[in-house]
Parts: sequence; structure tokens; C-alpha cells
Amino acid sequence: MEFEAVIGLEVHAQVSTKSKLFCACSTKFGAGPNENTCPGCSCVPGTLPVLNRKVVEYSIRTALATSCTVQRKSVFDRKNYFYPDLPKAYQISQYELPIARNGHIDIEVGGQGKRIGVNRIHIEEDAGKLVHEGDLSGAQASLVDLNRSGMPLMEIVSEPDMRTPEEAVAYLRNLRDILLYLDVCDGNMEEGSFRCDANVSIRPKGQEKLGTKAELKNMNSFRNVERAVEYEIRRQIELVEDGGKVVQETRLWDAEAGVTMSMRRKEEAHDYRYFPDPDLLPLMVEDSWVEELRGTIPELPGPKIERLAGQYGIPKYDAGILASSRKLADFFEASVAIFNGAPKTTANECVHWKEAILSEKLSPETIAHAVEDRENGTISATASKKLVTAVLETGKPFRSLRDEKGLTQVSDTSALDAIVDQVLAASPKEVESYRGGKTGLLSFFVGQVMKESRGKANPKIVQEVIRKKLG
Amino acid sequence: MSNTNIHEWTLLEAAQNIREGKVSSREVTKAILDRISELDPKINSYITVLPEDAMAAAAACDEEQAKGSPLGPLHGVPIGLKDLFCTRGIRTTCGSRALAQFVPPYDAAVAEKVRSSGAVLLGKHNMDEFAMGASTESSWFGPTRNPWKLSCIPGGSSGGTAAAVAASLCFAGVGTDTGGSIRQPASFCGVVGMKPTYGRVSRHGIVALAASLDQAGPLTRSVADAAALLEVIAGHDRRDSTSVNLPVPDYLSATKKPVTGMRIGLPKEYFEIEGLDSGVKAAMERVLKSLTEQGASVVEVSLPHTGYAPSVYCLIASAEASTNVARYDGVRYGFRAEGDQGFAEMMSKTRAELFGEEVKRRIMIGTYALSAEHYDALYVKAQKVRTLIRRDFEEAFQKADVLLTPTTPVTAFPPGEKTKDPLTMYLVEALTMPCNLAGIPGISVPCGFSEEGLPVGAQLLAGSFREETMFAAAGAIERAIPSPRVMPALRVD
Repeated sequence: MEFEAVIGLEVHAQVSTKSKLFCACSTKFGAGPNENTCPGCSCVPGTLPVLNRKVVEYSIRTALATSCTVQRKSVFDRKNYFYPDLPKAYQISQYELPIARNGHIDIEVGGQGKRIGVNRIHIEEDAGKLVHEGDLSGAQASLVDLNRSGMPLMEIVSEPDMRTPEEAVAYLRNLRDILLYLDVCDGNMEEGSFRCDANVSIRPKGQEKLGTKAELKNMNSFRNVERAVEYEIRRQIELVEDGGKVVQETRLWDAEAGVTMSMRRKEEAHDYRYFPDPDLLPLMVEDSWVEELRGTIPELPGPKIERLAGQYGIPKYDAGILASSRKLADFFEASVAIFNGAPKTTANECVHWKEAILSEKLSPETIAHAVEDRENGTISATASKKLVTAVLETGKPFRSLRDEKGLTQVSDTSALDAIVDQVLAASPKEVESYRGGKTGLLSFFVGQVMKESRGKANPKIVQEVIRKKLG
Repeated sequence: MSNTNIHEWTLLEAAQNIREGKVSSREVTKAILDRISELDPKINSYITVLPEDAMAAAAACDEEQAKGSPLGPLHGVPIGLKDLFCTRGIRTTCGSRALAQFVPPYDAAVAEKVRSSGAVLLGKHNMDEFAMGASTESSWFGPTRNPWKLSCIPGGSSGGTAAAVAASLCFAGVGTDTGGSIRQPASFCGVVGMKPTYGRVSRHGIVALAASLDQAGPLTRSVADAAALLEVIAGHDRRDSTSVNLPVPDYLSATKKPVTGMRIGLPKEYFEIEGLDSGVKAAMERVLKSLTEQGASVVEVSLPHTGYAPSVYCLIASAEASTNVARYDGVRYGFRAEGDQGFAEMMSKTRAELFGEEVKRRIMIGTYALSAEHYDALYVKAQKVRTLIRRDFEEAFQKADVLLTPTTPVTAFPPGEKTKDPLTMYLVEALTMPCNLAGIPGISVPCGFSEEGLPVGAQLLAGSFREETMFAAAGAIERAIPSPRVMPALRVD
């Protein structure tokens, strides 16, 4: 029997506001234990939550960017469970009435486009963190760090629309790109500001009814999501083929062992006893605010790729790399605005110097000048790379370095004549072979001329001169 | 001036005498502290008394006054707070073992406002454990007794505050009312107790019982005192999302307004309640007569869903409370049971030892009502009926300006008598709970005594943010049936 996998993803994205969801504490990463806490987020009796408006704003922008419908009324609920890192013993989340519903994100895998549904987006607070003294099993004590308590999160829940691990990763990458474009989440998976749980089930191909799902946790990179989902699909198929049955459970991904392991069965699942938090009134969002925020949504990666490819005549693949970062794409367009003679080359250069561009060490002029000088033959490709490296090292303008270092290319045929003659005279055997039909030796002669000219000769012109002389 | 009768002064009289320099804050504070030392061992109305802090604060008040600094409305007057208002640096127990050692790092909004009015904080009043109860018997710090008859309960959960005000162990106190916890003990102790409209007073810093019902309010020996103290503690607070941003009116003047033409509604269901004491009924008739004599008219109204209030209250308050006390799990706040194997066991053992019967009962009811299986049939249905109860009042206030009812069907009773049966105990608050469910203001005004010599309270209810109308009617009752300025006898029989 042939099986198909059904994958749904739940992403917890930490909203990059300066302060926490319900108090004024800093959200900065890396503070000492319990430094970013107050009576509010350490849940001292009597303190009350006050909603951070900015978190709502960022969530609405995310909703609009994923084509969700923003709900006029949403409600914060208490999700009750006991754990030492949860100081109120309930988490404030949204359950029945989330801030947004019914959106989608478009992905492309192997040249095939697909639309993945977004079921809902809701706002919730994060819990604290336990630090165990010694290893977990033999720990003498566990310490509670509440810096993370009350951090603002958006939970973005997809529809179970993905069928392969590749689709799952494509969805995650696109979602992360969108959040980065909006500047609402820093997308850092290692620091936990972009976390993903995956619901995986299998069913015989052609069957509509969903199979029993397992929820996978603890995957801290795209690669791990891919591996974990892949493993889990295989495990479930093998289990069913051996006559077994998939049980509903939560499974932890062990990246080192490359396996998922059962953490908790459905019977052990919590009854969270959700109910509306009486400390917070229902959240009412006015249409005018939503419309105002709609105006702040930048061009998103999907449409940007289409536009860059169409407008500049560059391959979609290149446009995709450029659009993977709003900064890189903007840089590319700024560069092309300075020199528009060879957008494809400009795109290549932007991809090549991506790291430097993203860390703001290069200006669009540098790349524009590098491309322009190369295109009109003033410098060679090698010289261009050398000069950009020199710009990075010295911070001096590209063209002053070019002139300073005398890296301008010799394109004047009369100036090259003498060198070409010299090279040909020194290699009579090769000249004979060439004339005998071994035209592949052309590159040998070009190489010799380049060497003699110490890289300054324009290889295109050199080729022409040699061809003429030997023709 | 003779200072022998200081404790008989009302809050406003004390404030005036201090402001006019007739007496110092130190003298007044000392007099009340002495009285606490003498009488409170019998009443147990305080969990924490702060003699040094209070005398230091009184001295600072006198100094400020000598310098001619501007004075707050309650400058130099010693008052107390129910022990669930967080007070910075001062233990706040909520009557519980769980918080027996809890010293808050901040002041509740009410504590801030009371301090900035110039009042001197004498101490923290006894209460039922986590405010769950109506008799102040369940306090971890021992029961409070009724100053009118020590063998009786003072009511609750603000029983410590009501008893302290009645026995003049402070000039006023602030309590909280979730289902009647201010009005019911006020009625049992013969003082004025007022629950403002939900959202009128900030809940910031109140150790929560049930967030959608809790509201802080004054307990005093006169209606004018209650109005003055409400003016101090009311007002918008951004730290409480349910706080309402409306200006605070001049409540004090409202207490002096005539009731001519005022429509007094009598909700028939409240007078048909099972077990309505004949003494209470007689007192109600006197109140009604006095109001009509002053020009008010009487109209019968119906609040058809009144009978459901105790069940609805029990479900909603318990549901909210069950999650509010979930944080007392042994990880924080001191107490942790010994001999555990890991978190789950530590928490279970701790919570088993930590909570009294009534708290455990409400945790069980609340957890059950919120469980996935019963949520719709219990919690959701209770919320729907709550809406119906609220609508009952909205309709009644089309016909009447205020509603007059007994505060409680009975007067104070001996401990254990009713608390043994939790259902009977909930009925003691049957006439006060609907007001909390509807979010409207209510006040209990002393209106005489039963044959047994125990105080009876009349309850007035008004529409949301119509406290002024309510105060006018309360003032009229007080003028007609003045509470004689006799101190409770601390009778033992």
C-alpha cells in the first residue's frame, strides 16, 4: 500500500517588542538570571496583566502578511497547568477566539507552487526556564529563571496541508522570511525566538480521513525539522506495515540519535481547563487600525521574487536568493539604480557578497562600480573581486582603490600587440598545433598573455587579437 | 479637649479634629493602639498590628502639619486594611498559611491611595483564608469574634475589618467584596459596608479571589465616612485593565441629598427568601417607613433569576479562585511540605497541607466546572445565567432608582452552626451575591437591632456607577434610624 504523509506545523514566534506581553520588563536576550523580571512577570500575588499594544500591532501585521482575517474581537484565556517554570500555574493565551484566522502562505518545492493554509494566529505569553544543577536525572536542585516569563509570542498554526518534509521546510522558511520582512520577530531558531512543533500523520494514498497524529517537539533548526519529520513518517509507515497502530502522542526529536521518542501519550495529556481570563477584557480591534496597519506591510518575499525576475530579467532562482532578505533585495535594487547595464551580474555580485552586504560593510555604489567597470572592460573579473575585498579591508571607495592599485585593464589592441607577439614567438610548437586544428589552445595563449601583462590585459580583447594573428 | 472618647469619633470627626489641631495624630493613634492591645485579644480582628510603624507615621503627620504642608483628606487618621491588600514591606497573609510569610515588594493601589490621603496604617485585618468564606472562621490566624456578642461570628470574609471598625479598633477599614464579603460582615457587626461598581476601585495589588467579582470598598461607622473613604480609594488605574476611566464624583455631598421623589424598589424575591428572620423583616419595615416619610415612593420589582445566583456564584467564583490559588505550589512563598520525590509529589503534598477545607472545596468545584468535559454544562451555562441576572437588574432600574433589601436573611450566629453545611453558608450571602454578578454597587447600612440585640443591616443596590443615588438613600436611612453611639458590649453569653 502506498502512504502519504500529512504534516501541520505550529510555530511559536517571539514578538520582537522591547517589553514583555503584560509588563514593562525588557525582552533582551542574555541578561543574568531573573534580571528581566518584576512583580508582574514573576506573578507576585495581586499583580495584574496589562496588554502590550505593540504586540497586538505586530500580530495584526503578521496576520495581514499571511492573508489572515483579523478578528474584531479576540479573548485571552487562562491555560492551566502546574510546572515550576510557570509562576501563575496558568499561561495567558488565546484559545476559542484568536486574533486572526484563515490565511495562507505560498511555497514552491521542485518548481511546483503550493498554497499552505494558516489556520490561526494567537497571542500568548512564554513561561520561564528551569536550570538543573548537575545533569537532569541526578540533579540536586532545579533553579527557576523567569527572564523568559511573560515574553510575547505569536503562535502561528498551519493547516495540515503539507505532504513532504521538503514542503514543511519550505513553509517554515517562507514564514520566517515574512516575519523578518515585517521586522516582528528576529527569527533566531537557536535562541528559541522561532520554534516549531510538527504534527505528523500518515494515511493510505487517496484516503480523505486523517490518520492518528504524533506531535514532534524539540527541533531547533530547519535541518532538524526536515530530519525529524522524515524519520517520523518512516517510523509510522513501518509501524503500520508491520501491523501496528499509530497512537496519539507527543514525541521528542533527538538530533544526535536521529530518532523521535515518545514523551507523553494522549491519556497523559493535560486538561488545560481553558477559560477567559477575567483580569483582561476582550480585545476589540477597530477596522480603521487594521487598515492603517495594512499600509505598513512591505512588499513580501513572494511578490518580490516575481517582480525582481520580471523587472530586471534575472532568473527566478537569483531573485529568490535576493528576496530571502529584504535588506539584500533593497541593496540589489539600489545598486542597479546606479548602474543598470547588467542586472544579472549585479545579482551575482550581491549573492557573492551577501554576508558583507547584510552586515552593512558594503555600499550599493561599490557593487555598482565593480559591475560597471567589469562590463565596460575597465577591469577584469579577478581585479573586481580583489578590489571589493580591498574596499572591505580599507573602507576606501572602489574607484580610488582601482586607480591607486593600477588594476585598470589594458583593452587597447595596439598595447597588447607586442605582448601577444612575444607569447606566440616563445611558443612555436603550440602555434603549430593550433594552426593544425587544436583551437582549444586559445585559452593557453590567453593565459600566457594575462601572465605577461600581470593580469591587466582584458582577456576578451586578448582573445580577439590572438585569433586575428593566428587566423 | 478630653481624649477619653477619641475612639467614638467617626472617621471624618477624627480627620477634622486633627486638621484643626485639637488633637495630634500621635494622640489619636496611641489611643487606638492602646484600645487594640486591650480589646483585640478577645476579638482577634487584626492579623498584624504595626505599633511602631503607625506611631512613626503619626509623628511624621504631626511634623508635616506643623510645617504647614498641604494635608490629605484623611491626614493623621489611623485606619486598617484587610490583609489581602499588598503592602510594601509589610506581611500580607490573605488569612492563609500559604502566604503566612509573604512580604510584598509593592503597594496595592488601595494602599497607595490610603497612604497618600495622609491616613496612618495601623495594621492588617483578619479574614477568611483567601477570602473564601463568610464567617472569618477559616483564617489560618484563628477566627475573629463579633464585638456585639463574642460567641458569634462577625461574618466574612472581611470579618476582621468589620469587627475592628465596630469595636473602634480603627476609624475605618478597606475590605473586599466578592459575593457580599463587605456588606454581610458590615451587617453582622452593625457598621456601614459598601461595595462600589465593578471597575470603580483598582484591583491592582489585591490578592485575587475571583477577578470578575472582586471589588474593594470601605467599612466605616457612618455613611458619610464611607463616602469620604470611597472618594479616596476610587479612580482609574492603568495597571488594572478592568478599571474604568470615569471621574470620581463628590460622594460626600451625595449623602446629604434629599430622597424626595426617589423610587425605592422592593425586589419581591428578596423578601420571599427561605429563613428570613422576623427581626430582620421588622427592621426592613421601619426603614421603608422612614424613607417614605422623607418623600420617597415605593415600587415592587421582580428579579426573577435571583434564585439561581448562589449556584452561578459558586461556579464562577470557584472556577476563577481555583486558578488564582494554583500558584501556591511550594515553589515560591516559603511553605513547602517535606519528604517528596520530585515536583509532582512535592506540589501535591504541599497543597494538601497548605489549604483549609473551604479552599479545597472551592478548588475541587472550580476545577470540575472548568474541566473539558463539564465546561459547557457548568461554566458556560453559569455565565449565561449571569447575563440574565444582570438583565434583571437593568429592567428593575427602569422602574426604581435604588433597590432596598435585607443585607442578610439572618443576624450573626455562633461559629460552626452554619459553616458545617456549605450550602447553608452560601445562602447567608444569597442576597448579596447577585449584586457582584451584575457588577452594580451595593451598601449595607445599620438599621437597628434584632430582639436578641444583634445588628441588622439594610442593603441598597443601585445601577452601575450610580453610587451617588445609593449614598443619598443610605444617608436618609441613617438620619432616620441613627445608630446610637454605643460601643458594642463585647458580650460573652
